[in-house]
Amino acid sequence: MSDTTLTPKRTRTIAGIPFLGEAILIAVVIGAYFLFPYNLAFLTRILIMVLLVLSLDLVLGFAGIATLGQAAMYGTGAYAAGLFAVHVTGAPLPGLVVGAVAGAALAFLSGLVLMRAKGLTLIMLTIAVASICHEIANKARDVTGGADGLRGIRMEPVAGLFEFDFIGKTAYWYVFVVVFVVFLLLKRLANAPLGQSLRGIHESPERMAAIGAPVYRRLVLAYTLGGGIAGLAGALAAQVTQLVSLEVYSFNLSAEALIMLILGGTGRLYGAIIGTVIFMTVHHVAAAADPFNWLFLIGLMVLGVVFFLPKGLAHLPTALTRLVRGRT
Amino acid sequence: MTQATGLRVRGLNKNFGGLTVAQDINLDLPPGARTALIGPNGAGKTTFSNLITGILTPSAGEITLNGHDLRALNEAQRVKAGVAKTFQITTLFRDLTVRQNLRLAQQERDGRAQSWFRRADSWPEAEDEIDAQLAAFRLSDMGDKRVDDLAYGQQRLVEMAMTLMLKPRVLILDEPAAGVPSSDSHLITDAIERLPDDLAVLIIEHDMKLVFQVARSIVVLVNGAILTQGTPDEIAANQQVRDLYLGGHHD
Amino acid sequence: MSLFLNILIDGIAYGMILFMISVGLSVTMGLMRVINLAHGGFALVGGAVAHWLIIAQGLSFWLAAPLGVAAAVALAWPLERLIYRRIYGFGDLQQVLATIGLTFLMIATVNRLLGSTLLALPLPELLAQSVDLGFRTLPLHRLVVIGVGLAVIAGLWLLIDRTRFGIRLRAAVDNRATASAIGINTGLIYSATFCLGAGLAALGGILGAEMLPIEAYYPLRYMVLFLIVVAVGGMGSISGSFTAALGLGILDTATRYLVPGFGTIFFYGCIILFLALRPNGLWGRTA
Repeated sequence: MSDTTLTPKRTRTIAGIPFLGEAILIAVVIGAYFLFPYNLAFLTRILIMVLLVLSLDLVLGFAGIATLGQAAMYGTGAYAAGLFAVHVTGAPLPGLVVGAVAGAALAFLSGLVLMRAKGLTLIMLTIAVASICHEIANKARDVTGGADGLRGIRMEPVAGLFEFDFIGKTAYWYVFVVVFVVFLLLKRLANAPLGQSLRGIHESPERMAAIGAPVYRRLVLAYTLGGGIAGLAGALAAQVTQLVSLEVYSFNLSAEALIMLILGGTGRLYGAIIGTVIFMTVHHVAAAADPFNWLFLIGLMVLGVVFFLPKGLAHLPTALTRLVRGRT
Repeated sequence: MTQATGLRVRGLNKNFGGLTVAQDINLDLPPGARTALIGPNGAGKTTFSNLITGILTPSAGEITLNGHDLRALNEAQRVKAGVAKTFQITTLFRDLTVRQNLRLAQQERDGRAQSWFRRADSWPEAEDEIDAQLAAFRLSDMGDKRVDDLAYGQQRLVEMAMTLMLKPRVLILDEPAAGVPSSDSHLITDAIERLPDDLAVLIIEHDMKLVFQVARSIVVLVNGAILTQGTPDEIAANQQVRDLYLGGHHD
Repeated sequence: MSLFLNILIDGIAYGMILFMISVGLSVTMGLMRVINLAHGGFALVGGAVAHWLIIAQGLSFWLAAPLGVAAAVALAWPLERLIYRRIYGFGDLQQVLATIGLTFLMIATVNRLLGSTLLALPLPELLAQSVDLGFRTLPLHRLVVIGVGLAVIAGLWLLIDRTRFGIRLRAAVDNRATASAIGINTGLIYSATFCLGAGLAALGGILGAEMLPIEAYYPLRYMVLFLIVVAVGGMGSISGSFTAALGLGILDTATRYLVPGFGTIFFYGCIILFLALRPNGLWGRTA
């Protein structure tokens, strides 16, 4: 009873087997590589989106910060890494660091103001920050290339060893390794004191303050970490596509990331992955079949999720087991 | 100089616009105090609690704990300094287990809440301490249950157990028995009677039965000012208080 | 001096448009506590229908404009009954998502039927003609917009302050539960308010097409702008929305004139600063 090795409820093992989830993840990534050899660019885009949605899961799923402006950090990471590659060095790994730091720095600075707001005001301010970034990038043509996009990014081999190829094999594995490492770190974080305290803030900020937690500071911390990861995702996108356009700051990107997260289920890292893969696939197929009406399908999908699966797909098993056990 | 004088409140005032909600309040809560704060609805009891815990800023007056000025500290900092409270309406992390609730308070107290790599439950002494605390509140069987699945009386106990994890010197219990069915209210009084001896406890309460059971001193607050204070016997004999409570003000 | 007057007139006209479009959003947020990101969609629907009636059906502007407004209301009524009613009880995030979904549906529908190009709303000759104000000439349209804006706020004031509907509406905003407990049919009030807001948004969309051009992505493009009006004005406050819309219209116009190129950045900078200092808007009580 007083056994500290008791498995706590929130351990993220699937069917009790440790690392089964990770194994499945790796298997899927390898399988996709061989099944869709001509779609590697698209698969890489999915992986990058997974990273962006993971960052949103940290900010929104863990800490409960409602945001529709995660693209601000993504875009800033993309421009920072792109400019770094153009002007300093084409080495990818230092570029990643630059992108992550840029995203984190923007999140920290804006977070100092944003984390004081709540509800609608917060949501709106996050949109406004992304809009400002968009506007600045648009106006600073000399630096960013404005509406034409930032061109001339030439990447050197990853770690001096793996050359980026035409088909995108290197890019695929490079991005996967980064996403996987971040995923593992976030998994650690989820079960560590910090992750638990963010959950606590999500559930009841008043209670957290009453047990002596500096709520505001911790929200800024979570937002900054999330910004760093979003910046990382942007940096990957810049390096892999060798182009940064104004679209990186678009509202649609923030909104779609949010949809993917809710679709998969917030607060559970696997939800971010599942939601992203499903959304991106539906989007891809629908856009290929009918380039003008995919938005209609996405709209229906979003409404379907909100009305019928409010907690997302990741909660489907829980919902079902509870139903079977006769609980609501 | 640190002296164990406990919580001292001197000349505390609070105005909202033209409205005075706390008026020249003086109060001492030395270690071991079991003081009840009573008064009709709207007397300013919760306001007083909020002034002590730092949710509200006083317009004038002094609040010190063992000689240290608390006024410049915010809510979280006052918790660190040793002032903790439970809420009038149970406020817990309902989706987490009882153990996780206690652990959240503990990790804030120990300053490891920002640790992000090690599992939260991988500090063995800390887990032992949680077990001991659960046992002390007769909650050992409940440790791995979600708070939401507990009866309300038990939730109140969890809240007290969690707040005590903070190792406060002053504990404010805001209507600890509110909402608890009377069949379970002995759980609350038992728990209060077993609180550490050196802890100063301020109980804000409507339930006179509970007050006379656990309090050694009673303060009567009316319209933001102290009407009278004394031992339970003195208060019970006080005509003004009797009028107040028998004269239809009592809800 | 003439620069100042130019800014003032353009800014006020622009502010009136913002007010007409946003006031419904503010009231529904205050009353139903719903974050309706699809609100701009009603301006789009009004504008798109009016565009179609004028261009494809050859109707006159004077007939097409009210029909456009009517179309938006006709869409709003069933939407409120069938969809929004269920959204009211959701959390912030679910509301945001559901209404983004609705926005996507509206955009996709307009896109499908009318394409993604600009949907022009040619002004009738009467409105397009210039008037000489002494210091400048400007299209009569601007003055009409200002006039209509003033008429709308006056009408709303009369409605809220002088009618049974207004009394009920205010009671419901103050306290929903009490209002329905004393026999006020809050469901009907919600529907009526929602439709009124949608109609005003359509009116603003049609009249403001010169300044905020109608096209399929309209609801997303200007969403932040409308939300800002609500946040600055304070949710649920009609006078707050009016003041905020005018102030923001003038501020936006002024920054465009005075710091061209960086107007938007400066504008958003001001808004963030303002909301950081007063998170509950103009008349909101600071917590």
